Amino acid sequence: MTAANGAAGADLLLDIQGLRTWFHTRDGVVKAVDGVSLQLRRGEILGLVGESGSGKSVTGFSIMGLVGERGRVQADRMVFDGHDLLSASAEQMRRLRGDRLAMIFQDPMMTLNPTLRIDTQMIEAVQAHDTVSGKAARARCLDVLRMVGIPAPEARLKAYPHHLSGGMRQRIAIAIALLNAPRLIIADEPTTALDVTIQGQILYEVQKLCRETGTALIWITHDLALVSGLADRMAVMYAGRIVESADTAALIRHPQHPYTHGLMASIPSLGTRGQPLFQIPGSTPSLLNLPEGCAFRSRCYRADAQCEQAPQLAEVAPGQWASCWHHGVQP
Amino acid sequence: MSSLLEPAVQPVGVRSAAAGRWRRFAAQFVSSKSAVGGLVVLVLCIAAAVFAPWLAPQNPFDLASLDILDAKMPPGSTNFDGTLTYWLGTDGQARDVLSAILYGMRISLFVGVVSVLSAFLIGTAVGLIAAYFGGRIDAFFMRIVDMQLAFPSILVALVLLAMLGKGVDKVIIALIVVQWAYFARAARAAAIVERNKEYVEAARCMSLSWHRILWRHVFPNCIPPLMVIATIDLAHAIALEATLSFLGVGVPVTEPSLGMLISNGFEFLLSGTYWICFFPGIALAIVVVAINLVGDHLRDILNPRNEV
Amino acid sequence: MLATIIRRILQTGVIVLVMSALVFAALYMIGDPVLMMASPEATDLEREAIRRNLGLDRPLWEQYGIFLAKAVQLDFGNSFLTGESAMRLILERMPATLELATLAMFISMVVGVPLGVYAGLRPDSLPARAIMSGSVLGFSLPNFWVGLMLIMLFAVMLGWVPAGGRGPVEQFGPVALSLFNWEGLKNLILPAMTIAVAKCALIIRVTRAATRECLPQDYIRFARAKGLRERRVLGVHLLKNIMIPIVTIGGLEYGQVFAFAVVTETVFSWPGMGKLLIDSIVNLDRPVVVAYLMLTVVFLAMLNLVVDIGYTLLDPRVRLGGAA
Repeated sequence: MTAANGAAGADLLLDIQGLRTWFHTRDGVVKAVDGVSLQLRRGEILGLVGESGSGKSVTGFSIMGLVGERGRVQADRMVFDGHDLLSASAEQMRRLRGDRLAMIFQDPMMTLNPTLRIDTQMIEAVQAHDTVSGKAARARCLDVLRMVGIPAPEARLKAYPHHLSGGMRQRIAIAIALLNAPRLIIADEPTTALDVTIQGQILYEVQKLCRETGTALIWITHDLALVSGLADRMAVMYAGRIVESADTAALIRHPQHPYTHGLMASIPSLGTRGQPLFQIPGSTPSLLNLPEGCAFRSRCYRADAQCEQAPQLAEVAPGQWASCWHHGVQP
Repeated sequence: MSSLLEPAVQPVGVRSAAAGRWRRFAAQFVSSKSAVGGLVVLVLCIAAAVFAPWLAPQNPFDLASLDILDAKMPPGSTNFDGTLTYWLGTDGQARDVLSAILYGMRISLFVGVVSVLSAFLIGTAVGLIAAYFGGRIDAFFMRIVDMQLAFPSILVALVLLAMLGKGVDKVIIALIVVQWAYFARAARAAAIVERNKEYVEAARCMSLSWHRILWRHVFPNCIPPLMVIATIDLAHAIALEATLSFLGVGVPVTEPSLGMLISNGFEFLLSGTYWICFFPGIALAIVVVAINLVGDHLRDILNPRNEV
Repeated sequence: MLATIIRRILQTGVIVLVMSALVFAALYMIGDPVLMMASPEATDLEREAIRRNLGLDRPLWEQYGIFLAKAVQLDFGNSFLTGESAMRLILERMPATLELATLAMFISMVVGVPLGVYAGLRPDSLPARAIMSGSVLGFSLPNFWVGLMLIMLFAVMLGWVPAGGRGPVEQFGPVALSLFNWEGLKNLILPAMTIAVAKCALIIRVTRAATRECLPQDYIRFARAKGLRERRVLGVHLLKNIMIPIVTIGGLEYGQVFAFAVVTETVFSWPGMGKLLIDSIVNLDRPVVVAYLMLTVVFLAMLNLVVDIGYTLLDPRVRLGGAA
């Protein structure tokens, strides 16, 4: 297996090689994630980009160990902060989750339990990992709420989730993620369900918090433009595999993979005003029946007979990795 | 230079859609072994009931064939000249329990099927009409339905039978009155969904008469949930008739259903002659459970988001 | 909230009125109670005397009017059969049915909820499938059949408990209960289990459906993402959400059992309200039947209201009578 881009192995916070998460359903095997390799250093921000069904959320869940009963997670290597996630017991994973490794979900409406108060849901997150008194836990909650910029935190604690707006709920979810000073936060499309104006705010605040606390972040999204303003590095996923990964600047300026070209071309800008919006032709293949070889073959403008063989992820430029036989910048 | 817009390789064709609806339905049905088992048992019971005169070793209603000395004999014993084995014993009037069960099943099934079919027709008609016309007609019928459904069936049936007296036909009437409301409510709910669909609008525009629209267009689409209700209701009807007969207000002694047989056997239960009550009870349980297994699975297939 | 309560009470009043008129008329049409009460050799003159005595010679609407006037003072007239106040007859029998219904629902919940949660957690496992098949059995078997089978097994064959009747009672103020002594409990257990079989099946189904619906929700996954112990995820996050439909349906079923345990009380000769009701219907004892049904309607309507209020307490998103 090829190693993904990255620094020397020693000070990696997260090192994943060859992650495969397959779901065994009645209709067949859904290969949601089929060979993903990622590496992350401490305090680094990675943007994981892909369309619906590309497997990006499942990647996040696989790291957290929240894949659900029908999924089988395999990898050559999956190490986080010195812990081997593959061989960890359920109890060891539970201790990591919410403590060293936190997650923020997409839909703030349903992330919080509607029948429990906010303080219950925050204090339990503290007390699951630390034996502290209720008072101390509550104090920590108030600190974190202030950190994410929530006004009147005492009143918020006593409220129920449906009393709060979507943006407020997501801020609380972020606060919960920060409660136990995690080393890595996985944010699964945290702003997709929010207004555009709030999106920008939250993006900025999250970036600030991560820089201040030195927390690494994986920001999963379908919005390449959004995350490019935030991330140090980006990885593009398609049909369960990483097709390109590089430093943000490099990816934006000279993308190597045809799919990335398509994504970049789809972003409307002032320059494309008045012209029809661009769309990559075709649609994502069903993960039940991936075609042989390169999964993007059926929609790719550079595809040919060679693409019937699956390309490997290779370093095509310094610090830039792509999996394509016909990689190269767009003319 | 090829542009981004044209894929160089043609996309793979989409697989053709699955086979016909009926085949899918049948496949889904046989996926539950308990439902198939229930159906088999039910068919056997119906066959046994229909062919009772030929299957039963004895006609328990032919008083001449009864020998009073053979009363209350335990299962497996024979009559004095060995020509007849009482596989399940005899009751207080020397009737062979097995034969009584077969004939009793006839009556139980007959009452159940007739009442459910009638309630189905009446209730569905009311429900469809209420849904189609809406407004006051709808409110009127549904108030009646709600009021009736607030009371448990046993009570409504009891009061009715006290009014009407004993007899198989009266029991059927009581059961129809109890059940039509379920069909009415389900038919109305299904019809309201259909009413808002475009094909009804189209049919109206073509000035089709309302009963034609209801019968030809709306009704066929309402059948799935109604089938589920009909099946489960059949089990309820049979159980209810048995309960009423057990309480003494159901079928008359001359035409004993399974419930009546159980009632007759109850008095003997405490003295140890259990079989007079036990075996008809088992027969009743088998029929009712079989129907419910089928109905339950039908509900899973036809109404995926239905409540309990 | 207060407006809704008042509106509900008014609606109940209307329903009670309409229903009382219907039952009054229906029972009038059933038959002539005088024929039941007078001996067969009574002369017509004697029958007339009885009729006049009971006020049955007046026109129907007048009888109804008199009845209503008295009903408002909670005087439902006297039983045609025994001459006792109908109200008192019913109240006398209420504790027996109360303890039966309470024990039956208690058993159903205590057994049904854990089984239902298990069936919801692992729906494809063998125990779960067995539980679901068992639940089909539970609500398809006729009530009286279950009672008979239990009698046959535990009373006749094993002799562990008596086959019918109520055990010795202890006084708790105005109420006599047999629940709290051992002998009384022995008599109570079989009829309670008979009712519990069907109700437990229902609770299992409701619980399983609620569990299946709540488990895939994001907040459960989020609770696990926070690193909470599994028993907290299930015991607090899941339970709090599934309790809503369970308590709602359980409450309503309790009302049904309490008001209409007719069959079970007959099978076990249990001296409760249900047995009184069926005896009264068969004997055409109109005052008792009408009184019973009216009280039942009021009780069930109040219970509905209590359950609705309870629902708003359990689910903080709902406000009674206000915006959804």
